Amino acid sequence: MPDKNKFDRDSISNTLIVAIGLSLVCSVIVSSAAIVLKPVQEKNEEEFRQQIILDVAGLMQPGGNTAELFAAIEPRMVDLESGDYTEAVDAATFDALMAAGDPELGIAIPADADIAGIGRRAKYAAVYIVRDGAKIDQVILPVYGKGLWSTMLGYLSLSPDGNTIKGLRFYAHGETPGLGDQIDKEPWRAQWVGKLVYDGGDEPQIRVIKGVVPAAAPDASYMVDGLSGATLTANGVTGLVQYWTGPHGFGPYLKKFRQTETS
Amino acid sequence: MNGARTVLIDPLVDNNPITLQMLGICSALAVTTSLLPALLMCLALTSVAALSGAAISALRHRIPNNIRIIVHMTIIASLVILVDQLLKAYAFETSKQLSVFVGLIITNCIVLGRAEAFAMKNGVVMSFLDGLGNGLGYSVILIAVATLRELFGAGTLLGYPVLELVSNGGWYEANGLMLLPPSAFFIIGLMIWGIRTWRTQQVEKPDYQIHEVHRTEVY
Repeated sequence: MPDKNKFDRDSISNTLIVAIGLSLVCSVIVSSAAIVLKPVQEKNEEEFRQQIILDVAGLMQPGGNTAELFAAIEPRMVDLESGDYTEAVDAATFDALMAAGDPELGIAIPADADIAGIGRRAKYAAVYIVRDGAKIDQVILPVYGKGLWSTMLGYLSLSPDGNTIKGLRFYAHGETPGLGDQIDKEPWRAQWVGKLVYDGGDEPQIRVIKGVVPAAAPDASYMVDGLSGATLTANGVTGLVQYWTGPHGFGPYLKKFRQTETS
Repeated sequence: MNGARTVLIDPLVDNNPITLQMLGICSALAVTTSLLPALLMCLALTSVAALSGAAISALRHRIPNNIRIIVHMTIIASLVILVDQLLKAYAFETSKQLSVFVGLIITNCIVLGRAEAFAMKNGVVMSFLDGLGNGLGYSVILIAVATLRELFGAGTLLGYPVLELVSNGGWYEANGLMLLPPSAFFIIGLMIWGIRTWRTQQVEKPDYQIHEVHRTEVY
């Protein structure tokens, strides 16, 4: 090393200078990249979210234009407490997670009702209605809740009876790769299709069990196979599905929805 | 610039990071089920290896020995985050398939190994070329493995059908094993065999020799 004798690079002062200087330079590079690229990434995330809605509705076509396909879906705002449609907020710009933290738009969830582990929720929620001609083909509800590591965000699609599940998909989660991330893999997603949420009452009965659902069980329609190695993630999914279909979530809305659609 | 040429070309076959140095196998198994994510992974790793080599080399006279590895990791991690952010912005779908493996470039032995073994002792340009060469050496193997796996596992290349699958009315029965991680082990193992048959100087000497003794020698 030619200029080894110029200064003592192992001195405490040089160590501090290098450590602090490097941290500053690297943090500036990393944070400016994150800020500059954020708008593009958010656009991607939004498009991906729309693709998931289309996918859970079974409307996604390979190579199709997401925005065009998404235009066929009718977003409506629901007042969760009364279960009625509302025009108080605009579905296109509504952000449920932001609204949950807002003192005006959000409310705290009582601890005994908070089976999704989310603490607060927005007073309103967007639902996506898919029509087949004039009649409703399915309704897609946003659902989210805590898994093992992360908040899992997804969409649950229900048939016009407001009871039969047409699909469940997650568009954002941070569960363990290889174990918990099976929640968004095809074999497990297929499990949900055709299952029932309610058994006549207003309390959701659907749940993820441990092990495999016995085909002969009388309540097999309300149970989904567990995920080995991902019990806590699976419990989180049970919690969030039950919360959002329960009396504190979309329960009142779904009750009215069932009445109008079956009458 | 014969030296520069050697530094760039040598890692492609003669000193390949995967088949000779046996580094970076983990990601080579994970991202090679299809060609597109493998290509992106190669691009990400090569750019990180080249840029981190140059940056570490530029600082090599100032980096204190006792925090050397931490300094390397900081530089490499910053570059990896930068690459990850760029992929999320401009190659969103494929970056979802790569999931954790772009982040895991931070712990990829090739990058840290070249920083420690080469960039700390050589000039900026040479270190850049060394990183580039090793990244390309990694890429050659990854692309070869991914091509074989996607072609025989799914009958496609970059998503375009090449071999007509039986399920689509063609003649080719897809080999599901090719899409599972063990197949990458088999392919890489066969490649190492092939390369060592071609370049016999790569064959390692056995750790110990079995000495054949005759009875008369012992008794």
